[in-house]
Amino acid sequence: MNLKVMDILKKYTMTLALIAVIIFFYANTGGKILFPQNINNLISQNAYVFVLAAGMLLCILTGGNIDLACGSVVCFVGGIGAVMMDANINEWVAVVVMLIGGLLVGAWQGFWIAYIKVPPFIATLAGMYAFRGLSNIVLQGYVVGIRNETFLNVFGGGADCYVPDFFGGANMNITCMVAGVVIAIIYVASVIKNRISAQSKGYEVAPLYSELAKMIIICAVVIWIFYKLANYKGIPAALIWIAVVLLAYAYITSNTTMGRYLYAVGGNEKATRLSGIDPRKIYFFAYVNMGLMSGLAGILTVARATQAQPTFGQGYEMDAIAACFIGGASAYGGEGNVFGIVIGAILMGVINMGMSIMGVNANYQKVVKGIVVLAAIIFDVLSNKKKK
Amino acid sequence: MGKVILEMKNITKTFPGVKALDNVNFQVEEGEIHALVGENGAGKSTLMNVLSGIYPFGSYEGDIVYNGEVCQFQKITDSEAKGIVIIHQELALVPQMSIGENMFLGNERGKKNAINWNETYSEADKYLKMVGLSESSRVLIKDIGTGKQQLVEIAKALAKNAKLLILDEPTSSLNETDSRALLDLMLEFKKQGMTMIIITHKLNEVVYVADKITVVRDGSTVETLDCHTMEINEDRIIRGMVGREITDRFPKRSNVEIGEVNMEVKDWTVYHPVYAERKVVDGINMNVKKGEVVGIYGLMGAGRTELAMSIFGKSYGTGISGTLYLNGQEVNLKNPREAIEAKLAYVTEDRKGNGLVLSNSIRVNTSLANMEGVSDRGIIDMDKEYQVAVEYKDKLKTKTPSVEQNVGNLSGGNQQKVLLAKWMFTDPDILILDEPTRGIDVGAKYEIYCIINDLVKAGKSVVMISSELPEVIGMSDRIYIMNEGKFVGEMKADEATQENIMACILQSGRGE
Repeated sequence: MNLKVMDILKKYTMTLALIAVIIFFYANTGGKILFPQNINNLISQNAYVFVLAAGMLLCILTGGNIDLACGSVVCFVGGIGAVMMDANINEWVAVVVMLIGGLLVGAWQGFWIAYIKVPPFIATLAGMYAFRGLSNIVLQGYVVGIRNETFLNVFGGGADCYVPDFFGGANMNITCMVAGVVIAIIYVASVIKNRISAQSKGYEVAPLYSELAKMIIICAVVIWIFYKLANYKGIPAALIWIAVVLLAYAYITSNTTMGRYLYAVGGNEKATRLSGIDPRKIYFFAYVNMGLMSGLAGILTVARATQAQPTFGQGYEMDAIAACFIGGASAYGGEGNVFGIVIGAILMGVINMGMSIMGVNANYQKVVKGIVVLAAIIFDVLSNKKKK
Repeated sequence: MGKVILEMKNITKTFPGVKALDNVNFQVEEGEIHALVGENGAGKSTLMNVLSGIYPFGSYEGDIVYNGEVCQFQKITDSEAKGIVIIHQELALVPQMSIGENMFLGNERGKKNAINWNETYSEADKYLKMVGLSESSRVLIKDIGTGKQQLVEIAKALAKNAKLLILDEPTSSLNETDSRALLDLMLEFKKQGMTMIIITHKLNEVVYVADKITVVRDGSTVETLDCHTMEINEDRIIRGMVGREITDRFPKRSNVEIGEVNMEVKDWTVYHPVYAERKVVDGINMNVKKGEVVGIYGLMGAGRTELAMSIFGKSYGTGISGTLYLNGQEVNLKNPREAIEAKLAYVTEDRKGNGLVLSNSIRVNTSLANMEGVSDRGIIDMDKEYQVAVEYKDKLKTKTPSVEQNVGNLSGGNQQKVLLAKWMFTDPDILILDEPTRGIDVGAKYEIYCIINDLVKAGKSVVMISSELPEVIGMSDRIYIMNEGKFVGEMKADEATQENIMACILQSGRGE
């Protein structure tokens, strides 16, 4: 029993750390950290972190490889879109161009990394400079505003964009509340269905009490968050994009052959190659995908700001990398998952927001963030050492 | 009788699951060259690692008495401080650094924060002269050949004030001339009073330099031969090395029909991937029949793995030439994927390094080489994958609580079974098993042999690469003997004995 408790603690260390951090800030901000508005801001402000971290996770899985360029690519792609829409080009054409732009950037970097064997750190460092420069060139050094209403509405534009309330609730956004409950029901139904089918085939299943506990906690958290959001302005549009991306990547990493290969290459490249899988294709895929996610993050970023600036996206790459490592992705590759990066991204977001509310000096905020990243990695290294 | 400089008493060393050394006693007298011989895995290197402190005091049982005092080495530098210096088989030099820098690496001349380069290079030159090298110590290591690098290693050892020098397979990467020069150098050092232990497979070298020979077999010292009091020849040493009789350690195969040739290799030549002028596999011709177990025997470094991997989709080497026929058809397999599709499987000797993803579960490892078998358009059928893993776990009797167990947590024998399962799931016609029983205990070995028998019974062909003579003789229908990149003999199992296989290798060595 003792051992089991230890296992659970180990598996959910970062989740527990997140809870501890939230309690800390709750106490020190007089509960402000959990105001509906702050929860809403936490999601919309950090949308780019979730999206970039999903892409970054795949790169890191292949062997701790990172992409330093994605912040610059966010700016570059966002700049292209802003300039296009400024010239009254159709918003969907712009969106497609932005995504393809991201994809091409990913292919460019992926080619050097996978086929020419340029170390990812250097290839993407080069990209970081080059695409920052190109952003400036595209924007000609100016701020370009975005006035395209459709674009802003769809991608959570102007910090004030929500799914409308179809039920017209007076004090509360009923659509949002309903959505929360429906999600919880779908989740419960799928867990039960999986459990029954696993049992009928005689597979081992987790003990009932632990599964029930997990289910109750998750449902409670989901409904509570949507309740809070409903008390504010409803579902922020950015949340939908985050959810789509995270669900897609949770599926890709766990249920597809490509996902499997990402872990395998990171776990043992030689064994993977001898198993008939070309590791170069896997690296290439990871970076092309990273480019696509940079494109999407670029869209969300310029939509939220309703403009593109040559300085956008600075430091985004570091936020994404930090979210992955805090979320338990191994710096050596082969380990990590989407649930982890969600926790990692939220943890960083909560710390940022909590310290801002407390009025901590911005310089000290950076120090604290640095310490959190280091602590997470130290924990990863130490727990791996013990295993051996 | 000279003064005993080193005595190792009742040394026992266990690794998880394997007793590598069992109550070993070993004595070396001052000023002699003592050869340590034995098959691969007999425990020679382990013994030397215990001596030099690579396995620290406390991780083994027994005593090391050196110069009359009991030693408890915690690390290599402890033993080096006493003048015991080991030169490993793998050269431990940094190619981008100069000879002088390498010689004093970790032992720099001058002050801690100010290396005295003049002293470094003049000292280095002095030691280089002692080993008969005329190169300047400012030359980079990568610019001199392997033979000279080996001499630099020796000079490096001398610079550490070595009194007892241990050479682990010093000539394994050298050609005949360089080897001879090295052995003569050893004899020269002996005259100057140096004590040396040499580990080698090349028995002609043993006879040439050794004063005494200790034979190690299965983790124990079997005998010590004194070359001055008795007539020693290679046959006498071989008898000591392979002394045991083959009992029923190998399950019998019955009713297996040996059919048509289904794989044939002609004039297969492979060059080293880095040193492109070095021939690793040299004009190999071989064939494998349906339902047959073909053994390839050779000492480490004979080129067996390189041969197998180059056949398996050119996954090793450069400048591969020769033709490969599968079922009479000439094929050109460009990568492992094509090899798998041509129904070939290569089960690596290095299961941790090249075979398994240790951080993943048995289920994930089992399906890795045949994801198509458990997926549809890139989407994995988790149920099917689970069933496959369970099926093979049961079939091969892998001992594990669940197929969700990480492979890294399994014992060597069970890991080997997972590796076999992975390749059996690709449904190959020909399986190349590279050292399938390395590092696993006797019981698991027997089970692996049974699996091999089941495979050929099902009409598959098995090529078994092994450096354990009894295993090759006990399991194969036919045996190829490989040495220095060439096949130097072919025998039916019933005419093969340990002595005549060894003789085959030694004769080919002399012919050079």
